[in-house]
Amino acid sequence: MKHLSRGLLAVSALALTTAFAEAKTFVYCSEASPEGFDPSPYTAGTTFDASGHPIYNRLTEFKKGTTEVEPGLAESWEVSEDGTEYTFKLRQGVKFHSNDGFTPTRDFNADDVIFSFQRQGDPDHPWHQYIPGITYEYYTSMDMPNLVKSVEKIDDYTVKFTLNRPEAPFLANIAMPFASIVSKEYADTLEAAGTKEDLNNMPIGTGPFRFVAYQKDAVIRYQKNADYWGTAPLIDDLIFAITPDSSVRLQKLKAGECHLMPYPSPADLESIRADDSLKLDEQPGLNVGYLAYNTTVAPFDNPKVRKALNMAVNKQAIIDAVFQGAAEPAKNPIPPTMWSYNDAVEDDSYDPEAAKAMLEEEGVTNLSMNIWAMPVQRPYMPNARRTAELMQEDLSKVGVDAQIVSYEWGEYLSKSMEAGRDGAVILGWTGDNGDPDNFLSVLLSCDSAQEGGANRAFWCNEEFSDLLQQAKVTSDQAERTKLYEEAQVIFKEQAPWLTIAHSTQYVPMRSDVTGFVMSPLGDYTFETVDLAE
Amino acid sequence: MVRFLLSKLLYLIPTFLGITIVAFGFVRILPGDPVLLMAGERGVSPERHAELSAQLGFDKPVVMQYLDFLWRLLQGDLGNSLVTKKPVLAEFLALFPATVELGICAILIATLVGVPVGVLAAIKRGSWFDQVSMTSALVGFSMPIFWWGLLLIIFFSGILDWTPVSGRISLMYYFPQVTGFMLIDSLLSGQEGAFTSAVSHLILPSIVLATIPLAVIARQTRSAMLEVMGEDYVRTARAKGMPRRRVIGVHALRNAMIPVITTIGLQIGVLIAGAILTETIFSWPGIGKWMIDSIARRDYPVVQSGLLLIAGMVMVVNLLVDLTYGLINPRIRAS
Repeated sequence: MKHLSRGLLAVSALALTTAFAEAKTFVYCSEASPEGFDPSPYTAGTTFDASGHPIYNRLTEFKKGTTEVEPGLAESWEVSEDGTEYTFKLRQGVKFHSNDGFTPTRDFNADDVIFSFQRQGDPDHPWHQYIPGITYEYYTSMDMPNLVKSVEKIDDYTVKFTLNRPEAPFLANIAMPFASIVSKEYADTLEAAGTKEDLNNMPIGTGPFRFVAYQKDAVIRYQKNADYWGTAPLIDDLIFAITPDSSVRLQKLKAGECHLMPYPSPADLESIRADDSLKLDEQPGLNVGYLAYNTTVAPFDNPKVRKALNMAVNKQAIIDAVFQGAAEPAKNPIPPTMWSYNDAVEDDSYDPEAAKAMLEEEGVTNLSMNIWAMPVQRPYMPNARRTAELMQEDLSKVGVDAQIVSYEWGEYLSKSMEAGRDGAVILGWTGDNGDPDNFLSVLLSCDSAQEGGANRAFWCNEEFSDLLQQAKVTSDQAERTKLYEEAQVIFKEQAPWLTIAHSTQYVPMRSDVTGFVMSPLGDYTFETVDLAE
Repeated sequence: MVRFLLSKLLYLIPTFLGITIVAFGFVRILPGDPVLLMAGERGVSPERHAELSAQLGFDKPVVMQYLDFLWRLLQGDLGNSLVTKKPVLAEFLALFPATVELGICAILIATLVGVPVGVLAAIKRGSWFDQVSMTSALVGFSMPIFWWGLLLIIFFSGILDWTPVSGRISLMYYFPQVTGFMLIDSLLSGQEGAFTSAVSHLILPSIVLATIPLAVIARQTRSAMLEVMGEDYVRTARAKGMPRRRVIGVHALRNAMIPVITTIGLQIGVLIAGAILTETIFSWPGIGKWMIDSIARRDYPVVQSGLLLIAGMVMVVNLLVDLTYGLINPRIRAS
């Protein structure tokens, strides 16, 4: 009966076509189903859009529309001199949601924080494996198990994290969805009822929206959290209509069946701009597409050869043909929207003549090489095969014979990290948390050049890696900026990659949608949206 | 009849075992490793890779993994999805009704339109009706489903605004799932307009899914009818002065139906294949889309158990088809 009355409420509430209904319902045509509703065990952006962002909060949060860290469930924090102790003062009076089987009897406090981190970090914690086979890949891949020494409760509203080493990106790391705070009281209730898996099915958080229902692969329903500690959402009901095909999403948007959609096909941008009932927001994405040489194999171990090859490729042609103009040429490994981006760095100019001369000077003639084209589409690389073909053409003009190879995606990822790999690899990266370390260390440090890392150039430059290490243990952002700027200069001189492009992100929506803020991290969040009357 | 049924059932056992091997082997033959796919561009250290593989049981020899799978299967455990960590059976049961609903509508359309069209085309052999319907059947049979679905959406939903673009029911309606069949649940909910909304959402996907089976059934009916109409007994019946309608309806059609029913039965497999694309275009939450997503992620437990469930279902349908022959043609029962 409860379901039914809520359903009737939703019916009377829905204001898709009638603008003057009492309650406002916002429909988002999402592109895929969430893996689950507990954000910690999962890694997909669609899962975080459906769980971490609407339902939960974290100790720190990213300020809307930026990658700056601001207080979330922690009101303030102090960092010890040596950068290894973080003491968080928690916000008081924050209420958890309730659902049919659970009504919280207390506000959010330190116990919830301890529970949320320990269940991920401690393999013996009773909730570590609350669903058989569950793992915490984000927690692991952000190196949290080695980083966090302990999480202690000082009092009900004070928590202290002790780290094994200073780590400047720590505050940004815990603003990521995997570090969402779940309710310990809810977990206890579920444990007593023997339905632990409901932590993942019927989530309870402190976020701007309360979870109502999920019908697998079809619809997710949320309701505004009236007791939200922050600025309450302007809409009353939020619905995710799961629509995997981008052309169908656009048709739904045009027909008014939803208000906003992610990932339009580049080919549809024209028709979206031409439609009066729609509008299109855009911003540079926090990503980079690149071609990584194998810097351990001759002649690609010679920076001058790499530079010459970089100069032989016409990037603008790739951006026009492959990205349909929806990208900007990349010169640095980090995107221009990221702090510490070094705009003073000059890109290798497109100059086939000079490139040819340089190759000859280095004694490289009749060079043949492989270009690896990834088999999947990614925001940072809409069509790797086409990109590789354009490169192949450009390289032939300087006397380099390039062959294109490709593998199934999983194999592509693993084979491209095999030592002694033959050829240069097209790949890319989308930032997790807006910290430059999340690009530079992950993709280009000496550590990541080993098996299991992501440094597909196998490029290990001590000077560069030392700069990154210094920046990692420095908490002063101005100082870190300097270090990263210097690192980018070394990167450009050494040219382990041909930096291709930073693609633009587009969000089409109905023209009556107001207040949507695009996230540089590619998140879709709706607590600020509204529908104009 | 009982012996006939038993002998058919006996055949199912080796078939079932064969299917378990195929289903188990299929995902493993595909290149790609679920652990690497989960890690993506980030990569995973060899230690962590080994740890995760061991946790998922992939470190054991393949034969052991297969026996393990079979042993659990016998206990009714189909395993958990690597991605959602939920039991495969629970996911299947949540999605299956949507596919069945769509499949039944599609096969009804295909049969109710295909058989009469085939019969008419056979009777009026060489007429314009025959020409047009058989040419359309050929076009329908060769239609790329994805393109066809999008075309219908753009025309009927986009330009004419007659039908909704995708989904199973308008988001305005919200009621608990009872049977999982939207047509039934919408009636049970008692909400005004819910049933109509569910029907309007079913129209386009059913037509798209019905297209290929419809073409096949129409062509099969036509050729079976032509063959039967040339038989001696039909000529005799007509020579006796029996009304034409009765000759076609009783003598010819009944005999022509045997190959047609076989064809309809075989279309169940085609429907499942078609459902994969149809469900993706129309955002239809069924097992077709579920399988395709799981194959892409190399979600071994879902793919192997899902294939098994689908194959089992197709087997049951084929058994029912065999039994139907027995009803239509007593000679098959006896042999």
